[in-house]
Amino acid sequence: MTATVDADAALAELRSVPALLARNAKRYGMQTAYREKEFGIWQSWTWAETQAEVRAMALGFLVLGMREGDFVAIIGRNRPALYWAMVAAQSVGAIPVPLYQDAVAEEMAYVLDHCGARFVVCGDQEQVDKVLEVRATVPCIEEITYLDKRGMRKYDHSHMNWLDDVMREGRAAETRLGAELDQRMARLTLDHTCVMLYTSGTTGKPKGVVLSNRNIIVTSRNSSEFDNLRPGDEILAYLPMAWVGDFIFAIGQAYWTGFCVNCPESAQTMLTDLREIGPTYYFAPPRIFETMLTTVMIRMEDASPLKRKLFHYFMGFARDVGPKLLDGKPVGMGARLKYGLGNLLVYGPLKDTLGLRRIRVAYTAGEAIGPEIFDFYRSLGINLKQLYGQTEAGVFITQQPDGEVRSDTVGVPSPGVEVRIAESGEVFYRSPGTFVEYYKNAESTASTKDAEGWVATGDAGFFEEATGHLRIIDRAKDVGKMADGGMFAPKYVENKLKFFPNILEAVVFGNNRDRCVAFINIDLGAVGSWAERNNIAYSSYQELAGLKPVLDTIQSHVEQVNESVAQDKMLSGCQIHRFLVLHKELDADDGEMTRTRKVRRRIVEEKFADLIDALYGGKDQIYTETEVTYEDGRKGKLKATLEIRDARVFGAPVMMAAQ
Amino acid sequence: MLDTQAASGEDGYITPDGRKIGGVAMEMRNITLRFGGVVAIKDISFDIRWGEIRAIIGPNGAGKSSMLNVISGFYHPQEGEVIYKGFRRPKMRPYQVARTGIARTFQNIALFEGMSVLDNIMTGRLHHMKANLFQQALWWGKASREEDENRAQVEKIIDFLEIQHIRKTPVARLPYGLKKRVELARALAAEPSILLLDEPMAGMNVEEKEDMCRFILDVNDEFGTTTVLIEHDMGVVMDLSDRVVVMDYGKKIGDGTPDDVRNDEEVIKAYLGVAHE
Repeated sequence: MTATVDADAALAELRSVPALLARNAKRYGMQTAYREKEFGIWQSWTWAETQAEVRAMALGFLVLGMREGDFVAIIGRNRPALYWAMVAAQSVGAIPVPLYQDAVAEEMAYVLDHCGARFVVCGDQEQVDKVLEVRATVPCIEEITYLDKRGMRKYDHSHMNWLDDVMREGRAAETRLGAELDQRMARLTLDHTCVMLYTSGTTGKPKGVVLSNRNIIVTSRNSSEFDNLRPGDEILAYLPMAWVGDFIFAIGQAYWTGFCVNCPESAQTMLTDLREIGPTYYFAPPRIFETMLTTVMIRMEDASPLKRKLFHYFMGFARDVGPKLLDGKPVGMGARLKYGLGNLLVYGPLKDTLGLRRIRVAYTAGEAIGPEIFDFYRSLGINLKQLYGQTEAGVFITQQPDGEVRSDTVGVPSPGVEVRIAESGEVFYRSPGTFVEYYKNAESTASTKDAEGWVATGDAGFFEEATGHLRIIDRAKDVGKMADGGMFAPKYVENKLKFFPNILEAVVFGNNRDRCVAFINIDLGAVGSWAERNNIAYSSYQELAGLKPVLDTIQSHVEQVNESVAQDKMLSGCQIHRFLVLHKELDADDGEMTRTRKVRRRIVEEKFADLIDALYGGKDQIYTETEVTYEDGRKGKLKATLEIRDARVFGAPVMMAAQ
Repeated sequence: MLDTQAASGEDGYITPDGRKIGGVAMEMRNITLRFGGVVAIKDISFDIRWGEIRAIIGPNGAGKSSMLNVISGFYHPQEGEVIYKGFRRPKMRPYQVARTGIARTFQNIALFEGMSVLDNIMTGRLHHMKANLFQQALWWGKASREEDENRAQVEKIIDFLEIQHIRKTPVARLPYGLKKRVELARALAAEPSILLLDEPMAGMNVEEKEDMCRFILDVNDEFGTTTVLIEHDMGVVMDLSDRVVVMDYGKKIGDGTPDDVRNDEEVIKAYLGVAHE
């Protein structure tokens, strides 16, 4: 009881991110708040320095005429100055809107126009160019600020400023505008908007999710306490700033707890920087863990026989013992000693190479993770856990507590979150982190969040009775029916396919049809390295994807999946009868995926309608032309003739129906 | 460098995109270069101005590379003179030329394959290092101080050319396009007043060419480096350069802005071929 009162009293003081910053500057003044690798050296800023920088930037924004309630778009890769720009905007009473930096100009135009951003803070010339391109159609943009000066000399600067200049002017204006800034910061309450994040939008246009200070601060407090985060923890901020997780980890939790945020030198150096920093708290989507594992396996193939034997021997052993040790289950003395030896010879060096040696808590979410991948990291002694979340929830809905970690569940409801399952199987939640509204979209708000505050996740799932853990099956709207009335859960099958390293992406079709068919994307890294080792020549992704041995391998994977799907009575109708390997990777630039790399099922279905028809028709091959968008926005055509293959299915579905 | 620019004083010109081009940096006066009986360059005169991007084009064997070697001081012409920063340039050794602020890249990459990218670029700083052998050996005093300063300068260039991710990679392991970029980095590390690029885009794909073009323009924009380049890709030359010298069989057949050169009868005949319509 008293604890709650104290906590609430604390919240009365700490009612905005700038207030948290002020507290941290006082309490952890000399501790490192930010680090960024630049010019080959890790540059660092303490909390006190961070406060000074943010203040200078906020004053600079005042000089530029930023008003309370203005929207400030922030576009760029993870850099301390851009995080500061968000907090500086908040200090002034404005609302930061981080955008995906790899978005093309049109996508950016919609969002900028929708929120009516008056200010845009860009990372570099590339982003400025995009903003200038859309400014013709988006008149609300008044001032552009950029961080990296390179190539900017010749631009018209009448409404453009270098961020350093803004800060310099801000410092100079301290006497004139300092009091005004203090007043504005004092006016911020828990109910003011903290940040607005655009959901990537699996369907339709992106929606602006409004999250209040209360949403962010309470969620950050609860989740930090759940995992016992503490000052002195280190994270690497490398995920898109527009993603809610990055905001919660690198601003919410970092400011609540007072831990250090490290920014990599460039996107390509991420893995090196990860190694140098050795974070203690780490988040990565399953894809990254997959890539890391694939790299390790490829490198082990090339290692000397002795090393390879050692690796496989100790990894086999760790698979049994590692997870038990992590979960605190009883393990014999002998096994402990052997694990210690393994740690000395294999696990330790491997974790060091991956940069995961110091991890206390690691999370993955967003997609299902393959049990083998998950177990690999856990057997190394890395405390990898799963969580289930949404932008609308301020990330956390459920998460796995230490000691109760499994690859097929997403954990128990996070502190303060209530979860219920509707009769349709859809998962609903209510929490202090639940978003305020979709900006300028009352209709969507009403259809997602009811009067009592319950939010529909759009995912179908159920609670395991024995453990109380939540399991997610698929998107609720994607779960359909086969023609014979059986359940159709495409993602369930796709995930099983994607657990094979050779398969990057799979899309299964079959709703209202008599059988299922699939598109497969091969993984260029894994298949390419296999081709190299077997002396198989190829000149492009397209050619590699069409090679007979590749198709044979994929076919064997599909049949294995069919065999495992057949085990499940409810879903045995979802076996894949025919498949083809796509001639191009599904890509967000072509609209086939979201920026968070989730397949847009409907768009893929429309775009490749000819291929689906061919799969259901009896043809053995199909000629197709596909429009592709290059990185610079130009369009081109890809032509290919694709081979269609039949896959073996198990346990005749007709007989099952008869029984 | 600024002083010399002011000293050479003459009026420059303004480019269509609004850059100010300064006075004459180097003037070639009636250069003739012979190898035995072969005349590689025949009585050529032109100038290079501070801050401009100057291209030399021509068909194979026109003498472009020889011309570049004359500019770099590697070849000393039998006739004619090179006026550099207002003085007639005597015959020099390559390291002496480097000290006068001329750096170059090569047509066929000339990097130290076994060394890391960082070390390769550091070699470009060589003539900025003054510590003696004794200090270097003991890593004492001036030696370590200089290393820090030079490393800082090199890191700026690495950041500028976006090659952070290969900083510690041995050059031998890099693809061709990146090697070219490392060569440019090494040349830039010398902080040259004139940068010579011998076919910077040769053998590159479209994307690599685009990147290289952007870097050349950025270098010129950011450091104001005077750039002389030889290039075969006409699209690149016309987009990139402020003025173009056209050579054919060792003779100069055209000189002017890309537009002038493009419309010059002589040039079209000799180099681009006669249009058949």
